[in-house]
Amino acid sequence: MCSAPIRPSEITPEHVYLSRRRFVGGGAALALGAGAAHALSEDWLTARGFRPGMPIEGEETTPVQYATAYNNFYEFGTDKDDPARYAHEMTVDPWTVEVAGEVGKPGKLGIEDLLANVDLEERVYRLRCVEAWSMVVPWIGFPVKTLLDRFEPTGAAKFVEFETLHRPDEMRGQRSFFSGIDWPYREALRLDEAYHPLAIFAVGMYGKVLPNQNGAPLRLVVPWKYGFKSIKSIVRIRLTRRRPSTTWNDLQPREYGFYANVNPTVDHPRWSQASERRLPSTLFSPNRIETRMFNGYEEVAPLYADMDLRRNY
Amino acid sequence: MNPSAARYRWTQTALVALLCIPLAILAYDFVREIRQPGVAFGPDPAETIVRYLGEWAIRILLATLAVSPLARLLRRPRLVRFRRTFGLAAFSYAVAHFAGYLVLLAGLDAATFLADFVERPYITVGLAALVLLVPLAVTSTRGWQRRLARNWRRLHRLVYAIGVLACIHLLWLSKGDYMDAALYGGLLALLLGERGGRYTMSRRRRRGA
Repeated sequence: MCSAPIRPSEITPEHVYLSRRRFVGGGAALALGAGAAHALSEDWLTARGFRPGMPIEGEETTPVQYATAYNNFYEFGTDKDDPARYAHEMTVDPWTVEVAGEVGKPGKLGIEDLLANVDLEERVYRLRCVEAWSMVVPWIGFPVKTLLDRFEPTGAAKFVEFETLHRPDEMRGQRSFFSGIDWPYREALRLDEAYHPLAIFAVGMYGKVLPNQNGAPLRLVVPWKYGFKSIKSIVRIRLTRRRPSTTWNDLQPREYGFYANVNPTVDHPRWSQASERRLPSTLFSPNRIETRMFNGYEEVAPLYADMDLRRNY
Repeated sequence: MNPSAARYRWTQTALVALLCIPLAILAYDFVREIRQPGVAFGPDPAETIVRYLGEWAIRILLATLAVSPLARLLRRPRLVRFRRTFGLAAFSYAVAHFAGYLVLLAGLDAATFLADFVERPYITVGLAALVLLVPLAVTSTRGWQRRLARNWRRLHRLVYAIGVLACIHLLWLSKGDYMDAALYGGLLALLLGERGGRYTMSRRRRRGA
C-alpha cells in the first residue's frame, strides 16, 4: 500500500520548525540549569554580546539579503544561490573543532568550549572574490591568534591548515559526480599571516550568528586575500612545519596561488584583476571600482616585505 | 490552403511562441527588477542575465542539431522544415547573450571589451562561435539555399564547429564543477557521433557496392 502524498499544508513552515527547535534547546538549557543556551543560537550571541565595529568610511555595507543569498560554497553547489537553498541541510549542532599538529596542547573541543572565554567584536571588512566581485560585510568574531595561542603552537610551527566539514550526506555538492574538487576543502596561511591582527575567526555577521551558507558556525576571514582563502565551517586546524596543500591551488595552481593576496597587478589567467564589481550592481551600472593592493589593507604589506608578489601570487 | 499547410503554419507559430518563452520570462523579470532592484536577478543582475541568455542559446543550438536525427528516428522527414526556426532562435539568443555582455558587463566600454577579448580565451571562443553563426543565419532562407545549391549543405556544416566552440566556451568558464560542460558537451558528442556513425556506414556501403 502506498501512502498519500504530503500536502503542502501539512509541511511545517520553517519559522515554526525553527522556533520549536529553539524551544527544545531552551528546555535543554533550563534542564542543565546553568542557563547556557545551546550551541551558537541567536540567544547565545545576545547573551555574549559583542563590541560594535566602525563602518568603512565612504563605502556602503552590503545589504544583508545579498551577503546571505549570493555565496560561493561549493559544498552545496556551484550556483551562487545554491548555498542559501541547501546549506540548511548541514547540521551545525553539535560541532567540534580539532586542533592538532605542532601544538603543545592538541585537542578536540566543542564549539561552546572553544568560544567560552573569547571576547567578540564586530569588524566591517571588504570581501573581494577572485571572480572580481566584492562586498562589504560586518563580521562578528575574534582574532585567529586568540584561538591558536590556547593550543600553544610549538617553535616548529610555520603554517596553519584549516579544513571544512566533509559530510556528503548533508552537503550535496560533495556528492556531485562532476566536481573536480578533492573534498574536504582545505586552506592554509603562513603562521605570521594567521597571527596578523586583521585575520579573524567569525561566528556571526550583521549582528547575528552566521547563517549556514556563510560558513556556520566558525569560519576564517582574511580580508586582504581573495575570498576563497576565508574557509568556511571549520572542523580541523593543524599547525605544520611545511606548507600544506590547499584545495584551489591543487586544482589550478596557475589560477589560484597559495598566497592569493588581492593584487590588481597580477591578473587571473582568465580575467583581469585590475577592477571589481562592488555588489549589488544594478541593471544600469556594473558598479565597477578599482581594485586596491591587499584589498585596501596596506598594513599587511610588511608580511611580504622581501617577496616578489608577482611570482608568489 | 490545404489542411497540411495549415497545420504546418500552426505548428510553426506555436514553435516560435515556445522559443520566445525564455525571453518573455526575462522581460517579465526585467520589469520586476526595474521596479525593485534585487528581487528578480539578485545582487549581480548583469551576470545573471548574461548567463541565462547564454544557457538558452546553447540549449536551442543543441535542439537545432537534434532536429534531423529526430526526424530520421521518427521517420518523419518533414520535421526538418522546423530546423531553420530553431537555428534562428539559437542565433537570436546568442546575439542577445553577447549584447547583454557588452552592455551590462563591459558597460559598453571599448577598452574593457578589447582587454577581455584578448585576455580571456573563453570570450574569444564564444565570439568566434557567434561570428560563425552569422553566415548561417543570413543564408538560412530558401532563396539562399537554392542559390548555393550543394554548397549550402557544406556551409551549414559549420554548425558542428560552432557547437564545439560553444561547449569549449562553457568548459573554459567552469570552475571546479564541470556538470554543465559535461551535460552539454555530452549531448553534443551524442549528436555529432550519430552523424559520424552514419557517415562511416554510408561510406562503407558505397565501398562495398
